[in-house]
Amino acid sequence: MIPAGFEYHRPGDIASAIGILQEHGDEARVIAGGHSLIPMMKLRMAEMGHLVDLQAIDELKGIEVGSDTVTLGAMVTQHELITHDGLATAIPLIREAALQIADPQVRYMGTVGGNVANGDPGNDMPGLMQCLNASFELSGPDGKRSVAARDFYEAAYFTAREDEEILTRISIPVPGADVGQAYEKQKRKIGDYATAAAAVMVGNGTASVAMTNLADTPIWSEEAGAWLAGGNVDGCVAAMLDAIDPVADNRGPVEFKKHVAAVVLRRAIDRAQSRAG
Amino acid sequence: MNDQTMTPEERAANLKGMGCARKRVEDVRFTQGKGNYVDDIKLDGMLFGAFVRSPYAHARVVSVNKDAALAVPGVVAVLTAEDLAPLGLHWMPTLAGDKQMVLADGKVLFQGQEVAYVVAENRYIAADAAELVDVEYEELPVLTDPFEALKSDVVLREDLAGQTEGAHGPRKHHNHIFTWEQGDKDATEAVLGEADVVAEEMVYYHRTHPCPLETCGCVASMDKVTGKLTLYGTFQAPHAIRTVVSLISGLAEHNIRVISPDIGGGFGNKVGAYAGYVCSVVASIVTGQPVKWVENRMENLMSTAFARDYWMRGKIAATKAGKITGLWCHTTADHGGFDACADPTKFPAGFMNICTGSYDIPVAYLAVDGVYTNKAPGGVAYRCSFRVTEAAYFIERMIEVLAIKLNMDAAELRRINFIKAEQFPYQSALGWEYDSGDYHTAWDKALKAVDYEGLRAEQAQRIEDFKAGKTRKLLGIGLTHFTEIVGAGPVKNCDILGLGMFDSCEIRIHPTGSAIARLGTISQGQGHATTFAQIIASEIGLPADDITLEEGDTDTAPYGLGTYGSRSTPVAGAATAMAARKIRPKAQMIAAYLLEVHDNDVEWDVDRFAVKGAPERFKTMKEIAFAAYNQAIPGLEPGLEAVSYYDPPNMTYPFGAYICVMEIDVDTGEWEVRQFYALDDCGTRINPMIIEGQVHGGVTEALAIAMGQEIAYDEMGNVKTGTLMDFFIPTAWETPNYTTDHTVTPSPHHPIGAKGVGESPNVGGVPAFSNAVHDAFRPFGLVQSHMPHDHWRIWKIANGLGMHG
Repeated sequence: MIPAGFEYHRPGDIASAIGILQEHGDEARVIAGGHSLIPMMKLRMAEMGHLVDLQAIDELKGIEVGSDTVTLGAMVTQHELITHDGLATAIPLIREAALQIADPQVRYMGTVGGNVANGDPGNDMPGLMQCLNASFELSGPDGKRSVAARDFYEAAYFTAREDEEILTRISIPVPGADVGQAYEKQKRKIGDYATAAAAVMVGNGTASVAMTNLADTPIWSEEAGAWLAGGNVDGCVAAMLDAIDPVADNRGPVEFKKHVAAVVLRRAIDRAQSRAG
Repeated sequence: MNDQTMTPEERAANLKGMGCARKRVEDVRFTQGKGNYVDDIKLDGMLFGAFVRSPYAHARVVSVNKDAALAVPGVVAVLTAEDLAPLGLHWMPTLAGDKQMVLADGKVLFQGQEVAYVVAENRYIAADAAELVDVEYEELPVLTDPFEALKSDVVLREDLAGQTEGAHGPRKHHNHIFTWEQGDKDATEAVLGEADVVAEEMVYYHRTHPCPLETCGCVASMDKVTGKLTLYGTFQAPHAIRTVVSLISGLAEHNIRVISPDIGGGFGNKVGAYAGYVCSVVASIVTGQPVKWVENRMENLMSTAFARDYWMRGKIAATKAGKITGLWCHTTADHGGFDACADPTKFPAGFMNICTGSYDIPVAYLAVDGVYTNKAPGGVAYRCSFRVTEAAYFIERMIEVLAIKLNMDAAELRRINFIKAEQFPYQSALGWEYDSGDYHTAWDKALKAVDYEGLRAEQAQRIEDFKAGKTRKLLGIGLTHFTEIVGAGPVKNCDILGLGMFDSCEIRIHPTGSAIARLGTISQGQGHATTFAQIIASEIGLPADDITLEEGDTDTAPYGLGTYGSRSTPVAGAATAMAARKIRPKAQMIAAYLLEVHDNDVEWDVDRFAVKGAPERFKTMKEIAFAAYNQAIPGLEPGLEAVSYYDPPNMTYPFGAYICVMEIDVDTGEWEVRQFYALDDCGTRINPMIIEGQVHGGVTEALAIAMGQEIAYDEMGNVKTGTLMDFFIPTAWETPNYTTDHTVTPSPHHPIGAKGVGESPNVGGVPAFSNAVHDAFRPFGLVQSHMPHDHWRIWKIANGLGMHG
């Protein structure tokens, strides 16, 4: 559990951080809260010559709650998401989900940017961001570009982000006040990844549904959302079960996961509907 | 108030002796981060060791190339079996009469087995260099199923080829270790053949791991000038380790000093001897520098001693009215690649023959077959006395299975079969003499405390509601009445590597009336410094706060067999009381001299000797202590101290009644413990607060084991649960509230009547949780389902019973 040696960098602005990435190519990786990367380094499953710590970059911090849009700096911690009252009023789903991530110690360090950028199918925020139709700002040598969360994930740990880019901000449209939201997660214990988790928004004739850790990427299903928007819960669940592709692991076999996925999704839908205006 | 005016009760209270919920003196340093653990030890010039471990569960080691590792700056040595062979240290004896490779000698038998040992200037260099040791393996067929292993042509232990006789009798197959039989086979089978009812079931207690918070480790320091080896380590039995190190290294025992510093939990994991200890000692002898080795969490889970892994086939016979007439058990015990079980020598399956439990069963038979497989060696008593958790789980499941067969309430079935209070001392069919017990009283108190009738009524309503589609949650009521056997043990039948399992205490009273006591045991969190001082306080009338406890340094402490199997209070606690009682006669003579009366004219009174009939004329122990050092008393040597080596006449038999009420979601397999009631009878209670803490901790470990914790292997012998992501350790969030209760049935043969408690909650807790799961599904047809009861396995029960539509 001792990582191989590496050079440690602590740039003070985004441009410097990108410069380091350009200089060292795939020998370099950025680190945010470190709760995914450091265990991988200790297991020597991730080895890199240069580690670029983002925590001294002020531009990556801060939560802004506008009337139409919420913006989150990539280095905002899960703890900050939970304790920000304005955010909880605008998009209560984020606090509900963040409270189900790991434990308080991890949430003091773990960041929303790291959670969405790493591409780990076990992470909760990617599915949540797809449900909310967030977009990710990527900063690289050629400037900034924006990628929708729903287009960002390609496979486990593979995303639309290029090696020399850093995920810098997250923009989320504020759902209407009468849109009910819910995040439901089944896990074996505190600190575990989801056996199955569902993020649901429904109301005003619209709906959006995404699920976590049931495929090698988060699963947002347009079809499932359409069924739910039309009030057909069974159709929504069936469409989602079609879209997911879980694999067996210590949490259980595929058959179990599919069953639980449907149960968790129905519970999230129930709760979201009960909160809809 | 002063000594003259205080009542005896007030004076007794001031001592904080037995029965006082005295706060733990250890916690002052532990809660401030000031404990001193092995990894806190830093010595000048200290080197670090790291293992190269096998990624394969069964493979031939074709070659080990250390050149690249040795070329790393800061690497001092790389040891392999070839280097240890000239010293005869490439293999070491196990506690179970087998031998075990220290470093892979030609082949590996489990994933994570030690292949080479890298010694470097710091742990970072050691870890880097370990990656560079180039080992060529040739994979061999893997056996992870003990039943398959007994049929397979694959020979796991080639070193034992042709040996048909093992340490515990004949070997029936090249992967067979021993057969251990107890009881009367013919009589039991005759009873089974004629019985009204026979219930039969396979009960599997899965493989798990003690997983103490602190992993195993040591610092070996050979002083080449004095020729003395100091070995610091996470040892639950430091004196036995000293003797073992002497026997296998050839160093004279007086030149070895073993020190167990603060230990962060043991639970049986730190009883055995590990390759890391041997390699560190050799490395220190070779280099002349201290060498530290501390495992990481994955190494701890993969390679150091596991627990359980018993396949127990049972048959239980009864009359139609529910009176049990016989019990039969055949166990297939998966021991892994080497038999490194930690059991007394004559008990290769530990005290599994306590499996008649709390019940008056006239005839019984037990056979245990030990088997080699490609899994890690071990088989330790994880927070229990040797294999008692397995025995208790077996009988408490068999009782439930029989209750189903008889269509009877399981609480009532237990009641009509309990050994009655007047039957003690009770001779069990499998050879034990239970010292004392009052099971009916405890059982009735427990059932009343939880309103058992009310719970059953609620459960009946819940079943109706479930069938009517009003709820998807079931209610399970898990019952357990367990009997432990602890305090190993009488030297006449209990030894480890030939060392009799007595224990010891030495008490020295200082001139000012304070004292130090040294014991052969070692606390790993049990609070010995708190409780043993309380025993001494009550026995010799000095305040517990004025008594220092010291354990774990073999140069200063009297010889003892250490702390595991709930033996500290039954054995060392008895030695403590006996040592204190040896001090009293001399104190009496000193008091009589000071009071100018005959020895027989003074009597003991809480904290003093007083003249008979004149209680105002007395000498306190404090005064007596000073006199022992400053008076020339005719016929008496100066000083006031005593030592006792206590060989217990029998084991002690703590018992308890546990009831768990659990809610189960049939759709997701999620569970919630709504209520957990634990009644423990551990005989005389020394410190109620520490007992309560022990029960809370032990039940929490039981919750983990029953509901998710396991060491699982895939068919290639890969460990699937090698990190704490997959190996379940409950946090505060998963831990329910517990209600503790007690009855007191003192042990008749123990000097203070105490029986030991640390492990009871794990022994009783596991069947209580498991029985709750089974009980919830009993109305729907479930008879037996194996632990751990994690979400998907509970879901599988519901699915198998057609509850998912």
